[in-house]
Amino acid sequence: MLNGLWLIPALPFAAFVLLAAAGKRMPHPAVAAIGTAGTGLSAVLALLVGFDYALRPPAGNAFVQTLWTWMAAGGFTPEISLCLDALSAVMIATVTVVGFFILLYSTEHMAGEEGYSRFFAYMNLFVGSMLTLVLADNLLLLYLGWEGVGLCSYLLIGFWYRDVANVRAANKAFIVTRVGDTALALGLIVLFAHFDTLSIRDILARSPDRWLQGSGPAAWAALLLLGGAVGKSAQLPLQVWLPDAMAGPSPVSALIHAATMVAAGVYLVARMHGIFTLAPEVQALVAVLGAVTLLLAAASALAQSDIKRVLAWSTISQIGYMFLALGVGAWSAAVFHFATHAFFKALLFLGAGVVIAALGDEHDLHRMGGLRRELPLTFWSFLAGAASLAALPLVTAGFYSKDLILYQAFASPQGSPWLWAAGLAGAFLTGLYTFRMVFLVFFGKAGLPVIRKPGVAVSISLVVFSFFALTVGFLQMPALIAPVTVFSDFLSRTLPVLPVVAVSPATEILLLLDALIAPLIGASAAWWLTLRRPGFTARIERSRAGSALHRFWLAGWGFDALYETLVVRPFVRMARLNRDDVLDLFYGGLAWCASRLSYRLCRTQSGSVRRYALGVLAGAVIALGLVAWFKEFP
Amino acid sequence: MILAWITFIPFAGGLAAWAAARRGARPARWISVAALAADLALLLWLGAAGRESGAETYAVVRLPWIPSLGVGFELAMDGLSFLLVLLTVFLGLAAVLASWTGIERETGFFHFNLLAALTGIIGVFVAADLFLFYFFWELMLVPMYFLIALWGHERRRYAAVKFFLFTQLGGLAMLAAILALFFLHGRMTGDYTFQLRQLVGTPLSPGEARLILAGFLAAFLVKLPAVPFHTWLPDAHTEAPTAGSVILAGLLLKTGAYGILRFAVPLCPEAAAEFAPAAMVIAVIGILYGAVLAFAQRDIKRLVAYTSVSHMGFVLLGIFAWNEIALQGALIQVLCHGVSTGALFILCGALQERTGTRDLERMGGLWNSAPRMGGMWLFFALAALGLPGMGNFVGEFLVLLGAWRASVPLTVLAALGLVVSTVYAVWMVQKTFFGLNASNWRIPDLGVRETTSLCALMAVILWIGLYPGPFLNTARDSLANLREAAHAVLEAQSAPAAGGDHDRP
Amino acid sequence: MSGIPLQSGLVVAGLLFGLGAAGVLFRRDLLFILLSLEIMTNAAGLAFVTAGALWGRPDGQVLFIFILAVAAAEVAVGLALVLWLYRRTGTLDVDRANRLRG
Repeated sequence: MLNGLWLIPALPFAAFVLLAAAGKRMPHPAVAAIGTAGTGLSAVLALLVGFDYALRPPAGNAFVQTLWTWMAAGGFTPEISLCLDALSAVMIATVTVVGFFILLYSTEHMAGEEGYSRFFAYMNLFVGSMLTLVLADNLLLLYLGWEGVGLCSYLLIGFWYRDVANVRAANKAFIVTRVGDTALALGLIVLFAHFDTLSIRDILARSPDRWLQGSGPAAWAALLLLGGAVGKSAQLPLQVWLPDAMAGPSPVSALIHAATMVAAGVYLVARMHGIFTLAPEVQALVAVLGAVTLLLAAASALAQSDIKRVLAWSTISQIGYMFLALGVGAWSAAVFHFATHAFFKALLFLGAGVVIAALGDEHDLHRMGGLRRELPLTFWSFLAGAASLAALPLVTAGFYSKDLILYQAFASPQGSPWLWAAGLAGAFLTGLYTFRMVFLVFFGKAGLPVIRKPGVAVSISLVVFSFFALTVGFLQMPALIAPVTVFSDFLSRTLPVLPVVAVSPATEILLLLDALIAPLIGASAAWWLTLRRPGFTARIERSRAGSALHRFWLAGWGFDALYETLVVRPFVRMARLNRDDVLDLFYGGLAWCASRLSYRLCRTQSGSVRRYALGVLAGAVIALGLVAWFKEFP
Repeated sequence: MILAWITFIPFAGGLAAWAAARRGARPARWISVAALAADLALLLWLGAAGRESGAETYAVVRLPWIPSLGVGFELAMDGLSFLLVLLTVFLGLAAVLASWTGIERETGFFHFNLLAALTGIIGVFVAADLFLFYFFWELMLVPMYFLIALWGHERRRYAAVKFFLFTQLGGLAMLAAILALFFLHGRMTGDYTFQLRQLVGTPLSPGEARLILAGFLAAFLVKLPAVPFHTWLPDAHTEAPTAGSVILAGLLLKTGAYGILRFAVPLCPEAAAEFAPAAMVIAVIGILYGAVLAFAQRDIKRLVAYTSVSHMGFVLLGIFAWNEIALQGALIQVLCHGVSTGALFILCGALQERTGTRDLERMGGLWNSAPRMGGMWLFFALAALGLPGMGNFVGEFLVLLGAWRASVPLTVLAALGLVVSTVYAVWMVQKTFFGLNASNWRIPDLGVRETTSLCALMAVILWIGLYPGPFLNTARDSLANLREAAHAVLEAQSAPAAGGDHDRP
Repeated sequence: MSGIPLQSGLVVAGLLFGLGAAGVLFRRDLLFILLSLEIMTNAAGLAFVTAGALWGRPDGQVLFIFILAVAAAEVAVGLALVLWLYRRTGTLDVDRANRLRG
């Protein structure tokens, strides 16, 4: 079974090639069939392989399949080889399953679009690249997948290419993530310089011997890897591209900009955990970045009125939680939150897609309302997703993963009450902005009329995702509720287990209660502010401080403007100013001098024979004079 | 003897095409295609035979030419030359196919010039005698001048003269260096010869070596081109007809890189080692400067031309880092840049043929009417920005990896080029195929001929990107030999001195 | 050999040359310029003969005969050009024949 591993990324790639070559001439059902089949078969295979791996673990808990040697130059011999271990098994299962249902949803949601086959081609290319990323056995192959998903993100954000705004958003996403990618590439080079290999397992095995805890190279390597991770995962300070990335179709936002690609940074840090452990300062930085990002993004989510931008900021915020977990060494908690987040956030985006399509491409929350009667299925599934996002206690997946993170942020040796407090504040804010959105969309006065209702494919996807969004959490529960640790046990095959500092039972209960209550308070506050007392909210927004804060949060804390003035505009101005290349002025000047000189010399060509004769004579006299002179003074 | 055939078949084909053009353009075109295809077949056969024999050199030709001056007709082909000649013939074929419809005036003479330039380039890549090398170096220049001056665009005369002056001046300095080496070697050994294998290892005083290196580099850095000697390139590339741009960017620039590898460094390794840090700085400046300027352009061909400046900076960086990884990277970059930029120029030509403009501000939204063309454009733009999976990435990454050992700060700066290249790549996609179709272009998509040749180029880029092994293996021995030759000289000259950095010349 | 001293021979040659050069420079009539040119060549010839006499070798005289031949050829071509110029422009003023002005 495991030998079919290579087929998992190969199948979506095959679907991509097929659709890219001939998709335009195929009828839409055929396109949809190929498009979903590529990822669907891959999902089946991924599950089979995953179970096979879980039930019969191979030696060393990792199965490696080498396909061919990529390149070989002077001791640098990266291979095209795939590695299945617990972490990649979780990742491929999540990616393919989420991917398949999103594609299923798209067959209906994207119907009638002009670039139908292009869409499915790109989506399959994305799934293939993402699978390559998570299955890669060495960092260079991981980088290939890494750039591949970035490319697909670019292509799909700009899917509706006629609108320049979309293309700009796509460009922005590509360029900003590429900044991080370049850091990652440099990180690869640093690692190769010290280990003479890019094989992940070799590096992790050798790093404790090669590098001391807290040594300089380790810190640099970790920092550069982190640079790549924050770019891809839209963390501070490279978070600016993700809200704009919502210009793409909703399934794209669901798959790429919520469930899978943006979590690639989390995957990278978890994958290279050994390097981060050796660089405690950088690991602390990961935690702090995560904590700060989750708060900033949650605040920004509060101020948005575009439903997809709320979700985008919420994604940034949730990935902030994952970074927080990574930063305190809670590797499996981060991966667990990734998995639950993939399901509930994909669900929310798909639901938002239904709502947007139902109202005729309307994104504004304030023009929606009362949709729970018109779109009941969408309402219930959206509610499930929202509950999971807000981490409403006990019944949702998000609760279990977020509680785990909060608990470990407190109890881990690298944790601190401050990080825990930030996470808790974030949980409150999450409840607030999530239910603000739910109430604005589905409750209250009816807004625009519904013109399109979800069909079978969309409904199936919504139901399936709702199921997962509520139940995935039962794989891992706090000891106080039920001692289920399936997920972390499975991951412990690959990722080190966090040594938790002993916490007194009273504290433990207190922590759990806080995590239980914070989202509830947030959700109730949302109810109070949006449904019960909308006038109060409006008054705050109208007050001077309130409106300034609103604008500031709406603009994502002004990072865009900052980069615009500091980087983009100077760069563009400088480039434009030098369009004609100042260096060419030198050569142009040379040519100008030559032509001026030639013009001057032309003037001596007067056409007068007698003047020429005079010149000849003068020349002769000078020549003779020189001879005489040098004869006299040898 | 087969090498001489490979070198002169294009020239003969060019003459035949010129003669046949009296009967119309089609025979001229087909004769050119046939000549290049025959050349390609011969070359592949030679390559296969060479690999089988396992010898370092695939083929050698040694004939006396002007014995009284020590000039011989000496050609030799090793793995490095083989790859570059292969690239030449391959891109030559693509160039002929690309000018199928664009050239209507003087078709015969056009093809003669095109194929004569190819002969010059092949000659440069296989010459093993410095005099012969100079001969071919000049031979490729003249037809190129005519290609630009006769079939170019609006400012063709200006561009052609500029191109000619720059390269000619560089060539002159190289001639002086060759002659100086000839006389110094002759005076020392009594053997007045231009043979490369005799001249390598000529003991030179540091001053002499510096001057000779300067002479060679004057020619090669202009051709490469390195900032600040690059300003002929945008004009020449922009004004040349499509086939001319393909040959200029795809092949002519590579002769500069080849010259540094084959001649400049092995002939004066010590001076080259001294110069290496400066060269790497120039390279990094070129990478960033070219990329920034590319972004600023409005003329699409000019944009692509400036990307060449940026990419050839990587080549220069790789060569002067002078360790195996970097050299392999530089070679891969040379091959892939040739193919990808050649393809971009073919697409620029196709765009200009269809829209009648090269102004980016007037294009936009072309995807709708020409999706196949858009896909190709996107693909090669991504190749230009160095997306993994494409050959250019292999080249750039290996160069960076190797350069890290030579200089960390320069590598970091060079890596910034990856970001700026993204900026111009997305810009050039946005301005052509994405966005609003403001001018209401309705252009025909790529035809069969264009699609086929571009697909071939695409396949090569992917092949090198995913499995560069055959290419790396072919060149490995030749590159190792070059490094060894340089090391031998260095060690012979500085035997008492401490070992020093062995990764550098 | 006879007793004309070298000094006087050269002085006469120099004077003749100067006269000729002055004629070339200051006359505007093409015919006179031609005449002056002849004087200059003859001055050179005289210098040759004088020098030949000094060394007692025939080379000087040989060269003079050579110069005569050249002068004859020059006059033939020169007069033809003068004639042509006259027909073309109706004047022999060299200052008006300046169409080669750059």
